[in-house]
Amino acid sequence: MINPPTTTLLGRGGQIFLGVVLAVGVIVPALNLFLPATSALHVPDYLVTLLGKYLCYAVLALAVDLVWGFAGILSLGHGAFFALGGYVMGMYMMRQIGTRGVYGNPDLPDFMVFLNWKELPWYWQGFEYFPFALVMILFVPGLLAFVFGFLAFRSRVTGVYLSIITQAMTFALLLAFFRNDMGFGGNNGLTDFKDILGFAVQAPSTRGVLFLLSALALALCFVIARKIVASKLGRVLVSIRDAESRTRFLGYRVEHYKLFVFVVSAMMAGVAGALYVPQVGIINPSEFSPENSIETVIWTAFGGRGTLWGAALGAVVVNAAKSWLTGVMPDAWLFMLGGLFIVVTLFMPKGLAGLFAGWRKSPPVKSDPNLLPQAAE
Amino acid sequence: MRPPPTCWGSTPKGGGGRWAVLSLLLAIFFLTVSALAQDVGVLINALGPGDFKQREAAVTALVASGSEASVPVLEALVAGNLFIRKSDQKVFITVAKGDQLALTDPVGMASAGDGPKSDFEKVKVNNALRKSIQKAMGGLTLFSPDIAVRRKAAANILKSGDAAALPSLEKAIAAEKDLTLLAMLKQAAAAATLMSDRPEAEKLAAIDILKSRTDRDTSALLTAFAATADGGLKAAAEAAAQSIESGQAKWAAIQNIWYGLSLGSVLLLAAIGLAITFGVMGVINMAHGEMVMLGAYATYVVQGALAAYAPSVMPVSLLLAIPAAFLVSGGVGVAMERGIIRFLYGRPLETLLATWGLSLILQQAVRTIFGPTNKEVTQPSWMNGSIEIAGGLALTTNRVVILFFALAVFFGLMLLMRKTSMGLQMRAVTQNRPMANAMGIRSSWVDALTFGLGSGIAGLAGVALTQIDNVSPNLGQSYIIDSFLVVVFGGVGNLWGTLAGALTLGVTNKFLEPFAGAVLGKIIILVAVILFIQKRPRGLFALRGRWVDA
Repeated sequence: MINPPTTTLLGRGGQIFLGVVLAVGVIVPALNLFLPATSALHVPDYLVTLLGKYLCYAVLALAVDLVWGFAGILSLGHGAFFALGGYVMGMYMMRQIGTRGVYGNPDLPDFMVFLNWKELPWYWQGFEYFPFALVMILFVPGLLAFVFGFLAFRSRVTGVYLSIITQAMTFALLLAFFRNDMGFGGNNGLTDFKDILGFAVQAPSTRGVLFLLSALALALCFVIARKIVASKLGRVLVSIRDAESRTRFLGYRVEHYKLFVFVVSAMMAGVAGALYVPQVGIINPSEFSPENSIETVIWTAFGGRGTLWGAALGAVVVNAAKSWLTGVMPDAWLFMLGGLFIVVTLFMPKGLAGLFAGWRKSPPVKSDPNLLPQAAE
Repeated sequence: MRPPPTCWGSTPKGGGGRWAVLSLLLAIFFLTVSALAQDVGVLINALGPGDFKQREAAVTALVASGSEASVPVLEALVAGNLFIRKSDQKVFITVAKGDQLALTDPVGMASAGDGPKSDFEKVKVNNALRKSIQKAMGGLTLFSPDIAVRRKAAANILKSGDAAALPSLEKAIAAEKDLTLLAMLKQAAAAATLMSDRPEAEKLAAIDILKSRTDRDTSALLTAFAATADGGLKAAAEAAAQSIESGQAKWAAIQNIWYGLSLGSVLLLAAIGLAITFGVMGVINMAHGEMVMLGAYATYVVQGALAAYAPSVMPVSLLLAIPAAFLVSGGVGVAMERGIIRFLYGRPLETLLATWGLSLILQQAVRTIFGPTNKEVTQPSWMNGSIEIAGGLALTTNRVVILFFALAVFFGLMLLMRKTSMGLQMRAVTQNRPMANAMGIRSSWVDALTFGLGSGIAGLAGVALTQIDNVSPNLGQSYIIDSFLVVVFGGVGNLWGTLAGALTLGVTNKFLEPFAGAVLGKIIILVAVILFIQKRPRGLFALRGRWVDA
């Protein structure tokens, strides 16, 4: 039950979405920075950080929707790309700490001094340069996605099998990053950041800029994703999603298309993670946990699979509900979240986006039962 | 120095003089005993005066007497509870009571009243003395009436190869009746011989005896001996050490296989229910782990109820928990299928989301009802302990029981699927639903039962897991990824594949652990499975068919 891709670049929903994202990206930091704390419209610091976190989640959900909604690849391991992007950013910021760490070592982060390491491992080299880190934010998740996708798609691992091995991938990374020998801070991860590009991470102005950047990243990723799905390439992706073998028999190199969109999506997830880490101030191996990846899929499904803006909206709404409910009645949150998944899958197959579509009284999409998504057998 | 046991048996029979003879013998016997007791008393009192050197000599003399009375005395000496009365230089075992000392006469262990502390002086020990006492105690306990104490003493000497214990060992060998302990004593004597100054022929014989042992301590002892010996003795000791070590490698491999099978059996139990719900029905049941968890909690509740109302059946509480767990998890499974999953057939990814949501609800429900802390499930006494196998290999009983339980569940399920009409209907529905319907099978009913069966088996896994894991609301989560890996690795829809997959992954994991460590071993397994799926995208035992996906 997924809308056929619109041929226009953005569509009306997309335009509204872009407008809202950009407006929020400017207004929220502005209200935080330029209004006095006494003003009724003042946005407190914690809220900027919280909303910034949601925006990063929205980018991640968008990335998941790009592969799941349009290419039928249900990745239960997208949290891994997110976390890798986050670790790259964390490594850059660790190197910026310099002598301000507890041990005051100019080269080695505190945990390495603590572990009695004498010199920086080779894979930490270069991370003191921001441009290098920026490239790595895209390159590291992209490379993992490329290798993983190359193997999996070439071997025609599809459906449930693919979902399970993506889960195994992120689980393996979770275990690996827990190890102290890996050189990524083990259990504690990377934290205690001081500044980014010379600006104090904790400062409200830095937070405001990071918020704006997150909103811009969301907008940019949205446009890129729309561009992909609205192109001929996007058409092929949808046909792969709906009938992979048929597409292959028509002469398309299915694995190339899948690999391309998978790598792009992983890079988006990496960007989301890189923006997430300076805002929350820590990255640790629990970001790799399979539960996180599954939750991301839930946001996407709740918002509306295959709509892109719906996925982003789902991420924000579910996380906002989570923040609110875990504060108000912590015991009820899991009941609510669990119930939400069941209700959405049973009664709202098009998610929130479907509700909006009905509300706008747009003509219902005719769905041919033969063209239902059959990503897994 | 014990009184000869034959003195009763030699009592002459018949005749008027027999009472006289008997009383004479009795008199001799008691005289001997009291003389011995006095002897020991003298030896014990000799501990008191003098310096450490004299005290050491006294200890040696006391130990050489072989008297049982010396054990508590030496223990008290080491513990600093041995005091000497200044007035008559008599030694007592004491317990401090304020500024008084409760006295025990070391000969006969009778209470000797209290005395003020100022009247007594502590018998002091230094480290060298303490060491030699502890060594000597090994020899003494060789004669303990408790077989377990004797065994421990023999094991200690076997480990240390204490030449000084040789005389008492030889005495103990002559007296020992228990055959296995006798063999052990002989080995201990061999170990002691190696370290003593006995002739070479005896040492060669000793090496021969020690060769039959398989433990690391013995090989270390032999290697240490080889370093000091020379000539044929050195070669023999080295050869013996080597043969023990190669034996050890073999046993280590066997032990790894066992650990692997044990882990595999746990994986099998956790995965086998999933092999039904996911493998046979195609439902990605993310709440599978919670079915396991419910089974574990059912066990906890059954045990709690039995402990409260019928404590006499507690030893079989686990057996009673098996049907209870099956019914609870199976019931929840049927309800799940009827309420949610049947609306989502053919939409596997939506099923994944809905069942994930359900798993969150079940977890939170259990957390709300039972609390977030771990629950204690007691282990019945028949599952305690371990089964000793040659080569120092000990199989813990609960693991053995779980292995057999897993196999029983597996083959029970196989029988059910192959030999019963319910199994036939299940297979018919999963293979060709419209045709099964046409043959008069109520496929929706079969779906519910199949899902209930898979969930119920997960509940059985929960019963077993209570014995090796914490019963907490998160119990299921730690098994869900492993379970999916096993099913996918083995090949979806194939129960034999699940068995092979579980055991392969278990054994491989345990063989990797010594080289790579637990975590890295697990990572290697995960990566290996990911790569394996590339090679065989349908698992180890793929179902053959002419269908094509999508």
